[in-house]
Amino acid sequence: MSQNGTLESPLRVAVVGAGPTGFYTAEHLFKQKEYVVTVDMYERLPIPFGLVRYGVAPDHPKIKSVTNVYDRIAQNPGFRFFGNVEIGKHITVPEMQAYYHQIVFTTGAQTDRRLNIPGEDLAGSLPATEFVAWYNGHPDYRDYEVDLSHENVAVVGIGNVAMDVARILCRTPEELYQTDIADYALEALRQSKVKNVYVMGRRGPGQAAFTTPEIKELGEMEDADAYVLPEEAELDVLSQAALADSSDRATMKKVEIIQSYAGRVPSGKSRRLTVRFLVSPLELVDDGEGNIACMRLVKNELYATDAGTLRPRATEKVEELPVTMVFRAIGYRGVPIPGVPFYDSWGVILNREGRVLDPETQEPLAGLYTGGWIKRGPSGVIGTNKPDALETVKNMLEDVASEKTLCPDKTGQAEIFAFVQNRQPDFFTYDDWTRLDALELAKGEAVGRPRVKFTSVDEMLKALGR
Amino acid sequence: MKIRSILAKKGMNVITITPDQEIRQAVTLLAAKNIGALVVVNQEQRPIGILSERDIIRQAAVDENLFSLKVADLMTQQLITGMPNDDTFSIAHTMTEKRFRHMPIVEDGKLVGIVSIGDIMKAERNQYRGEIDTLETQIMADDS
Ligand SMILES: Cc1cc2nc3c(=O)[nH]c(=O)nc-3n(C[C@H](O)[C@H](O)[C@H](O)COP(=O)(O)OP(=O)(O)OC[C@H]3O[C@@H](n4cnc5c(N)ncnc54)[C@H](O)[C@@H]3O)c2cc1C
Ligand SMILES: NC(=O)c1ccc[n+]([C@@H]2O[C@H](COP(=O)([O-])OP(=O)(O)OC[C@H]3O[C@@H](n4cnc5c(N)ncnc54)[C@H](OP(=O)(O)O)[C@@H]3O)[C@@H](O)[C@H]2O)c1
Repeated sequence: MSQNGTLESPLRVAVVGAGPTGFYTAEHLFKQKEYVVTVDMYERLPIPFGLVRYGVAPDHPKIKSVTNVYDRIAQNPGFRFFGNVEIGKHITVPEMQAYYHQIVFTTGAQTDRRLNIPGEDLAGSLPATEFVAWYNGHPDYRDYEVDLSHENVAVVGIGNVAMDVARILCRTPEELYQTDIADYALEALRQSKVKNVYVMGRRGPGQAAFTTPEIKELGEMEDADAYVLPEEAELDVLSQAALADSSDRATMKKVEIIQSYAGRVPSGKSRRLTVRFLVSPLELVDDGEGNIACMRLVKNELYATDAGTLRPRATEKVEELPVTMVFRAIGYRGVPIPGVPFYDSWGVILNREGRVLDPETQEPLAGLYTGGWIKRGPSGVIGTNKPDALETVKNMLEDVASEKTLCPDKTGQAEIFAFVQNRQPDFFTYDDWTRLDALELAKGEAVGRPRVKFTSVDEMLKALGR
Repeated sequence: MKIRSILAKKGMNVITITPDQEIRQAVTLLAAKNIGALVVVNQEQRPIGILSERDIIRQAAVDENLFSLKVADLMTQQLITGMPNDDTFSIAHTMTEKRFRHMPIVEDGKLVGIVSIGDIMKAERNQYRGEIDTLETQIMADDS
């Protein structure tokens, strides 16, 4: 039995990043009975919950109630929250090592993957990461310029993020008013001129990354018609065979819904959302002034690899799509934290099942761990991070048992508190969040909305009387 | 789900062996690293075969002196490799259909990892659990 993890000398754990994975990590640590553990959670934003607050679409309120679970975890007497504190900026990782036995990085994926095509950086070509953060009131993006004076826009990628972006562009102001979308985004979307939205998948209906409820929802919008070109809705021979072979019910259902949109006669709604298949953008054409004149795209066909995957291959058929605005929704990407080994090829912290590795020796670095999107890459729903966090916590506990932890020399709770206060006097506690939460709900209630978000740190400080 | 998300948490060195090494060394490596298969690479580090526990057991059943054989003697040469962007679903399907349990993953001709059917099952189970958990949250929100 090791000496840490007792009442006299609790195991001091720091969790960096207050998204779902950070909370599940804390939950698993509190649930085990072997050691006495305290968790300090650091978050670069004043408010916790990561992508649950700043990613999940505002018109999907139910899933956000998962924060009730996180609130309960935060009630544990061993839990503290330090919001508005960025690790790598206010406090460095080597500094933290003087205070904690174990540090877990659950910082998510903050940036986007690139398409690598000409014209990608023209005005009017936006990564979904930024658009999503903007409409959700992320403090870093409140002053971001989104010009919605375009009639024809494309969304590249066909995962659930692409669905979110397309839906938000197609919702009516009345539909959006019923959500907690940021005030300024509501206003901008009210003035939106968008009429046609094209969502572009590089493979066919049988390989679409979106899930069934998401594609179904497209067909149920108040003032937008969902549409699919009949020839693109049809499954190619390879996909048909693969589907018949696997009898994958979920995919069959998706294909069925996609096909039900094929050739639909427009019902006179103001907007049209077309899902395209087997197309890849080749170039965003410059209008000579740095804006998008149109998109050149190529039709793809599928081929099967020896390993059994159906991949896209460009054909000779090229087409011009008359869009002047493009959202790139082909995936998120993690960013490195200074002082923590990063594996650039995958865009994750270099790790083996959550243990951070030394790039030289490939052996675990004592006391450093990771979980969630920054550990395995940007995939999976909120709940997927729970078993993922458990895998990491199991390894952490195993290392405590074999005494492979950091050896901090300053582990007093008050000592840590003073240190944080010194580095970032404007840090936020969980109580601060609870008060802000009540204020946001009250602001919402006053105007008949579920919540009106604070979107700047100054605003939040002022509301708390600081 | 993509193979990439399984490889992302497996570190960056793939345990390999060369065709001229002895089975003895292969067995030591398999045991020490607690793994089920080794990717056999040539001098340029390109995968040219795979040697699994099964290949060794099959030989052990008929030949007690297998330890001094070369890796090249027992490895499987018809190598099917995948890519990080491959769908886990189709890779798992191929492995079960063709009855093998490990697949080397290659990008731009370079070996970047190896996945086992167990890795994929675990990842799919976690994804499935996550989806159920997420659905439960939504249903509970409906009730409250
Ligand atoms: C647009 C979008 C919509 C989604 N919608 C859904 C949905 O409807 N349903 C669903 O189940 N899943 C959804 N997901 C997936 C879900 O959001 C993720 O699985 C989950 O949020 C990943 O959790 P995480 O904790 O690993 O990362 P995150 O949620 O990204 O949390 C990471 C946290 O770390 C903080 N951080 C980063 N760097 C530092 C630092 N240096 N110091 C301190 N803090 C730091 C960040 O500010 C952030 O709060 C969606 C994802 C996206 C992108
Ligand atoms: N409502 C929800 O539950 C919800 C909402 C949002 C997000 N999420 C989850 O969050 C995770 C991330 O979502 P995501 O949409 O960002 O990622 P994703 O599901 O991985 O989808 C990415 C999409 O981009 C495509 N793509 C990648 N590179 C491309 C390229 N170079 N050119 C054209 N297309 C390309 C992919 O096609 P290929 O398949 O061909 O590679 C895929 O269709 C997912 O697990 C998702 O389920 C869930």
